[in-house]
Amino acid sequence: MKNLWISLKITLAMCVLLTVGYVLVLRLTAAVASPNDGEAALVELDGKIVGAANVGQIFTDSIYFWSRPSAVDYNGGGSGGSNKAVTNPEYLAEVEERIDAFLAAHPYLSREDVPSEMVTASGSGLDPDISPRGAEVQIPRVAKARGMSEDEVRRIIDEVTQKPWLGLFGTYKVNVLKLNVALDAAQK
Amino acid sequence: MNTEILGVILQWVALVVLCYPLGRYIAKVYKGERTWLDFMAPVEKWIYKLCGIHPEQEMNWKQFLKALLMVNLFWFVWGMVLLVCQGWLPLNPDGNAGQSPDLAFNTCISFMVNCNLQHYSGESGLSYFTQLFVIMLFQFVTAACGMAALAGIMKGLAAKTTKTIGNFWVFLTKSVTRILMPLSLLVGILLVINGTPMSFDGKQTIETLEGSEQVISQGPTAAIVPIKQLGTNGGGYFGTNSSHPLENPNAFTNILECWSILIIPMAMAWAFGFYIRRKKLAGCIFGVMLIAFTIGVCISVPQEMGGNPNIDKMGIAQDLGSMEGKEIRIGSAASAMWGMVTTVTSNGSVNSMHDSQTPLSGMLQMLNMQINCWFGGVGVGWMNYFAFLIIAVFISGLMVGRTPEFLGKKVEAREMKIATMVVLMHPFLILVGTGISSAIAAINPEIGWLNNPSFHGLSEMLYEYTSSAANNGSGFEGLADNTPFWNISTGIALIMGRYFPIVGQVAIAGLLASKKYVPESAGTLKTDTATFSLMTFAVIIIVAALSFFPALALGPIADYLSF
Repeated sequence: MKNLWISLKITLAMCVLLTVGYVLVLRLTAAVASPNDGEAALVELDGKIVGAANVGQIFTDSIYFWSRPSAVDYNGGGSGGSNKAVTNPEYLAEVEERIDAFLAAHPYLSREDVPSEMVTASGSGLDPDISPRGAEVQIPRVAKARGMSEDEVRRIIDEVTQKPWLGLFGTYKVNVLKLNVALDAAQK
Repeated sequence: MNTEILGVILQWVALVVLCYPLGRYIAKVYKGERTWLDFMAPVEKWIYKLCGIHPEQEMNWKQFLKALLMVNLFWFVWGMVLLVCQGWLPLNPDGNAGQSPDLAFNTCISFMVNCNLQHYSGESGLSYFTQLFVIMLFQFVTAACGMAALAGIMKGLAAKTTKTIGNFWVFLTKSVTRILMPLSLLVGILLVINGTPMSFDGKQTIETLEGSEQVISQGPTAAIVPIKQLGTNGGGYFGTNSSHPLENPNAFTNILECWSILIIPMAMAWAFGFYIRRKKLAGCIFGVMLIAFTIGVCISVPQEMGGNPNIDKMGIAQDLGSMEGKEIRIGSAASAMWGMVTTVTSNGSVNSMHDSQTPLSGMLQMLNMQINCWFGGVGVGWMNYFAFLIIAVFISGLMVGRTPEFLGKKVEAREMKIATMVVLMHPFLILVGTGISSAIAAINPEIGWLNNPSFHGLSEMLYEYTSSAANNGSGFEGLADNTPFWNISTGIALIMGRYFPIVGQVAIAGLLASKKYVPESAGTLKTDTATFSLMTFAVIIIVAALSFFPALALGPIADYLSF
């Protein structure tokens, strides 16, 4: 019985300690030092909010660079991956379809140019990035649809491309939303 | 050199270098020596006074276990009540409903046993209140509970002959105030600066660039992620855990979060050495664990970076590796590394979908959890290794005709029986569970549990029970596991997989502690040598890995051979 009493009190004490000493400190840190007061950082175009920097969006218009496939259609309220096995025949047929669709939209590409990331779904279904190569293959389509020169588009991609951490650790990536916003801004 | 591989090497080095000083610090905390966090002493005194704990009062192993089990039972009731009632409680801006009783049972058990198997999705299955006062609270206190059990074992083994193994409540409190909370605060601040959300506002609704509507879940994420990693809990704030771009925004946070998983389990090996003043023995144990872990990494990373052979056959460019279920900012190498780190410990958080990893990576993840003692969960993982040590001492003692002794205490039939039961319980839970569920799935193919056919379907079920019994909590998430059958059966595996080993191992330590100390002599089997380390390794492989070999052959190995 004594143990039960201690259990109750120590649990309540921990709740107080963690709320005050931990959650509150982090909340205050967020208010001072986080990108957007502790909420998901947002991206604006002409003063209008067009999305969260770290949450991917669907793009279907040919004037935009496209994001990766998503198992949940970029539902920011319910992340999810496909959880398909690499040997699953149904899944492989789906990838095949995506390759055909990608090639149809980018007829200037040959099959071996299609980057696998553009035909496979991400883990979260919200991947905000594509690789520099994933952007490179889309340049002619976007440039043509926008009436921009390919070099101009390539320059904007270079500006948006993020290097690995400290230039050494991790991957190169291009945030699709920021890239598309930069393109829209450049054509204003 | 490839920057993805450099990232993996950095994680490995940061772990190996920093675990040593942290281990020394942890030993000091449990011994009650002076540390630079002594300014927490008034807080601890306040807790002791409030709860009526007498810190100087030592417990024998039975009292210690009674306190441990009672507080866990209390947490179960606490969690059940809050989860079922969360719809009516405050801090619920998204208006999420209470959990069904069988789901609440599973959630509550799985967080109580430090496993964090999640049959719900964080965005819709919990309110901010339950995220903080069930999920986050449990992530702190249950990790502290495992650490307290280990502290008791260390105290028992360090003393020459003793009846008592320390005060459970003191170990529990200090684990939070001196180790888990300060480290979590540090990691949390770095995450907040890097853009992980930390607010109490509800979902944001925004209009996307193309003009459609997108809802974005957020909340006090940065409070949960650090302790989820450091306490080897693994229960993600969002449904997809650390593959979610808000939970794990960039390459730096990925390295930080991955580091946080393994640092305390690694440090525990050294803490043990410092505590009982046998650094050489700790070095041997650490060495075996590190080699086994590193072998896994060296196999899995090239597997994931090499890509999916079936996609290669389609003739497209796969230079980033197998990207199904993986994120661009993380990459295939760091996803494979995380897969190994999260399964050698009992963490279970993920930064990619394990279901979609290549078969050999999936097999290694399962094998890590089936062996369950390469570092392991905070506290408890080391204790699993301890059970194997006892068995290895006994077997090699018999082989070379020496008295089986460990740390100056005779290992006798009673300890051996407990160690054997602890070791065999694990394959029993996993294989029986998988057997029953496979039979059900085979008899009723229309039941719709499996997301993938054939060998991989078996792997999904095998992984689920492995993860439950090892208190890991990751999953081949394609499995439709939020049904009464899975909620209840894995719930049972979770309880057995947690308390059976803890009770057994604390009992062994208690029994050994009360024995007469026999000074080392020429007849003593030396346990801090390379030969004995190899022997332990062999015992682990024979007992643990071989029990699972037939099941693995039917699942991931067959899957691999079907390429």
